[in-house]
Amino acid sequence: MLQLDVMLKNAEREILSATDMKKIEELKVQYLGKKGELTQVLRGMSALAPEDRPAAGKAANDAREKLNQLFSDAEKIISDKAVKERLYEERLDVTVPGRKQDIGHTHPLTQVIRKIENIFIGLGYQIAEGPEVESVHYNFDQLNAPDNHPSRDEQDTFYFDAEKLLRTQTSPVQARVMENNAPPIRIICPGRVYRADEVDATHSPIFHQIEALVVDKDITMGNLVATLKLFAKEMFGEETEVRLRPHYFPFTEPSAEVDVSCWVCKGKGCPVCKYEGFIEILGAGMVHPNVLRNCGIDPDIYSGFAFGLGVERTAMAVFGINDLRLFYENDARFLSQF
Amino acid sequence: MKAPISWLRDFVDIDEDIKRFCNLMTVTGTKVEGYNQAGAEISGVVTGKILTLRAHPNSDHLLIADVDVGDKVLQIVTGAPNVKIGQIIPIATDNSTLPKGVTIKKGKLRGELSEGMMCSIQELNLTKHDYPDACDDGIWVLKEDTPLGMDIKKYAGLDDCVVEFEITPNRQDCFSIKGIAREASAALDKPFKDKPIMLQEKGKGKADDYIKVGITATDLCSRYCAGIITDVIIEPSPDWMRSRLRNAGVRPVNNIVDITNYVLLECGQPMHAFDLEFIEGNTINVRRAADNEKIITLDEKERILDRSVVVISDAKKAVALGGIMGAMNSEITDNTKTVLFESAMFDSANIRISAKKLGMRSESSALFEKGLDANNALHAINRACELVELLNAGKVVKGVVDVHKHLPVPVRIKLDAKRINQLLGTDIPVADMKSVLVKLGMRIDKDDIIVPTFRPDITGCADIAEEVARFYGYNNIVPSLTLGKSVTQGYRTHNQNVRKVIHDTLIACGLNETMTYSFISPKNLDKLGISEDSPMRDYLTIKNPLGEDFSVMRTTMISSMLKVLAYNTNRSVKQGRFFEVSKTYHPAEILADEREVITVGLYGDCDFYDLKGIAENISESLGIKDVEYVADRENPVFHTGRCANILLDNLVIGTLGQIDYSVSKEFDAPEDSYILTMDVSPLYERATFTNTYMPIPRYPSSLRDLSIVVDRDVQSADIVKTVKKAVKGILENVTLFDIYTGGQIEEGSKSLSYSFTFRAKDRTLEDQEVNKAMDKIMNTLSREFDAKVR
Ligand SMILES: [Zn+2]
Repeated sequence: MLQLDVMLKNAEREILSATDMKKIEELKVQYLGKKGELTQVLRGMSALAPEDRPAAGKAANDAREKLNQLFSDAEKIISDKAVKERLYEERLDVTVPGRKQDIGHTHPLTQVIRKIENIFIGLGYQIAEGPEVESVHYNFDQLNAPDNHPSRDEQDTFYFDAEKLLRTQTSPVQARVMENNAPPIRIICPGRVYRADEVDATHSPIFHQIEALVVDKDITMGNLVATLKLFAKEMFGEETEVRLRPHYFPFTEPSAEVDVSCWVCKGKGCPVCKYEGFIEILGAGMVHPNVLRNCGIDPDIYSGFAFGLGVERTAMAVFGINDLRLFYENDARFLSQF
Repeated sequence: MKAPISWLRDFVDIDEDIKRFCNLMTVTGTKVEGYNQAGAEISGVVTGKILTLRAHPNSDHLLIADVDVGDKVLQIVTGAPNVKIGQIIPIATDNSTLPKGVTIKKGKLRGELSEGMMCSIQELNLTKHDYPDACDDGIWVLKEDTPLGMDIKKYAGLDDCVVEFEITPNRQDCFSIKGIAREASAALDKPFKDKPIMLQEKGKGKADDYIKVGITATDLCSRYCAGIITDVIIEPSPDWMRSRLRNAGVRPVNNIVDITNYVLLECGQPMHAFDLEFIEGNTINVRRAADNEKIITLDEKERILDRSVVVISDAKKAVALGGIMGAMNSEITDNTKTVLFESAMFDSANIRISAKKLGMRSESSALFEKGLDANNALHAINRACELVELLNAGKVVKGVVDVHKHLPVPVRIKLDAKRINQLLGTDIPVADMKSVLVKLGMRIDKDDIIVPTFRPDITGCADIAEEVARFYGYNNIVPSLTLGKSVTQGYRTHNQNVRKVIHDTLIACGLNETMTYSFISPKNLDKLGISEDSPMRDYLTIKNPLGEDFSVMRTTMISSMLKVLAYNTNRSVKQGRFFEVSKTYHPAEILADEREVITVGLYGDCDFYDLKGIAENISESLGIKDVEYVADRENPVFHTGRCANILLDNLVIGTLGQIDYSVSKEFDAPEDSYILTMDVSPLYERATFTNTYMPIPRYPSSLRDLSIVVDRDVQSADIVKTVKKAVKGILENVTLFDIYTGGQIEEGSKSLSYSFTFRAKDRTLEDQEVNKAMDKIMNTLSREFDAKVR
């Protein structure tokens, strides 16, 4: 019995001082192996008197259990420590930037067009498209543009011949839709348009417009105002206010220019709105009876409204871009900002 | 249009604060661009009379004056040489301000108190031209009867506020003080004061004793009014007139010329004054110029004319370009004794074309271009005569020689209040409508509105509705989102969805969207090496382009994309990943054939297969599975060994590859420029967004790899096709995972490594079965392609 106690004490000392699994395995063999110390002690028990054997057997089993416990505790400590060390070793500088996937960027003009398209699709409008190479008939005549209106001049409009031109507005699409469809009509027409302007920070011979057209029975100017207000809130934020000013467009009567309250300063005045609190963004009006008539719609039965905006102007205002040329230079460092 | 408030006040009482006035005008449709108070920087400068002058005790060039400024007498030290006792002069008093940020304070000059400063016109930032009676170097001596203590701004006409209006092209009547005043009267809800013209007509005889007028070019001139002034004394016009002209942006000249400009501004009718002495044969004829007829206009330039231009001529020569500018040969001089006033009506389109052709735009031509009211011509000439009498500039001869055909007559429109309210969505009482229309110069006759001829823009009910709405207030209209009586559905069409999916796929591929110009220089086609007989040479040419670079509509997207690659690489952007879905334009019977094209451009750390992967992503995103790629060695734009045509249903729908090195060099684009173009329209028909779930396989697959050596020109696509045909049923997939040339591989050959996936739907495949299939594959490949196992 004394032998067992001595062995256990030695074993405990050695196990606790072990620092790795290899040493533990060695000690297991040394104490619990076939030729291990515990086996030796048990073997010595055969010499005991029969009445002493049960007590000795129990002591031996206790000793085995004690050893097993010592080993498993030591193993846990060693493995916990090893895991801890590994975790420590594998530490990273988490402030280093992540490895990003290359995601492409939608052109800011497309973003503005898409946003507007989505607003109006939600309001029951469809997207209408038409040719960029247009006829004088659709680009001017059908739209009530006076015969000697300066916009018809070669100074303003690109011509291929006397009849064929690059459309100066997306409005001819409206005329085409009205000719080919009976009311109710609710469309928006986004697209490329052309004017003979030299390139500078605020002009481009190519730019984009979006126009909306609604024709039905009983369409009122109140409908136009409501639609503009709703659009402005969706586009520029919930607090946006809309202000209409009478203006002139051949295509509409009454006509209005539409200002929206500055989304940067909320109307207080700042550099974006040139300290006016409002930014002019749209042209609008009730479709001129002549235009309806030209397109085969009876103005005594139907009425309609239309409005349009310049996509570049809007994108410049929304994104704070000060030079229109950036849209067409296609510098990756510009495009990837949006 | 610049309008001094003082001038507008002749026709309507404006006592509103300037900001409120501007706002009211803007919201009713006469947009204010800005306003300017001429003397805004000047304050505390008053008129004062020099009572005494004495020498300064400590200086031999300074004087001390006592000056009466009305309510007190100030002591002022001055060094000016031209001051005398009794003069009335401008005094900048203590704490006064002058232009350019100058502040005057009282102080001591060489020990003597000076309570202000005497001013010259320069110190008030005025010019001798504006104030001809001022002296050049010294204190400005004012008129003898000037009251003392008067604000100098009032004296000099600097207290006027000048408002600049933006006038829309349909409102030619508002290019005049009277037109704007009429708008103001409706905007401010105050009466419009139109005073009748009163003439004394003290000149001898009648106008037609002096001049005979004829119009030969009746298509270009619809009315010609001539008035005669005798005993003319040419002198500067009075300060009030000079100041109004100046504030409206017109340089004062002399009384007669100033009167014509004054009438132009006030009434919107251009006028001209001739020295009658130089009108030969006492005759005016309005005719077309002869070809190559010459005239020296008032700007001292010789103009060579042709038959399209209308001239005013006397018995022998042209004396003016009708509606544009007078000639030197009949201009008003200091010696002019008899004046002929012209107030006429010319054809607007002709004036516009002539002015442009001759490269001269005058105040007068700018107005005529807009299309004026012929009825206004007579009023204008009478107003000019009235001003002559007011200014004592001469004696007005009785009558006006007035030659015209039919004159415009007022239009009658039914006032349909119900319809107007219906269109506006309002409930405006008919009496309110009438009240606005009357202020705008219309007459009401029971249910009709009689529209004056100066408002040719009003022709129908919608126009009346606008007039009513403007003054009711656009912003008072109650919004209503209930559009008509029908419901419509909003959606994107199939084609629009296809385009959106393509766009989104390309964004997901990491490409940045570009926008390039639709027109190009035809030289780009040469740079691309496009052959002379290529259909790409068949392009639409712009008649009036901004320059050669923008002169034809593009028939290919490749040059546009190469320019984008060049632009970025030249700005040290290391890697370019771009796309655009845009149009090319081709001649067609009607308008043009506009073709939508997908273009992808890559450079930097990429190869052919990156580009091809993008093409495959496009077709897969549209559910199109049977696209083929066939090598093209003939395309002049591309690398002969790295170019493929994209085929769908045996039709070439696109091309992709590396750009030929000499082409990329021409465009200054990088050597590793890769471009893909694909037509969109064939995709519309084939694109499908329906998708059916394929069950996930229940039984395991068997994988086998095989590396073979074949001739370098054997196409992998053919191998895959052959393999798929040879082993049907259990072969699920074949993937190429390596291509290798060089090293141990014989020259002219390449090694291809494939991975084969075998699977059966209903059981686990036995090795034997798979081995048999692999043997068949190998046998077929060695037979068809002379392939050897590596
Ligand atoms: Zn702002």
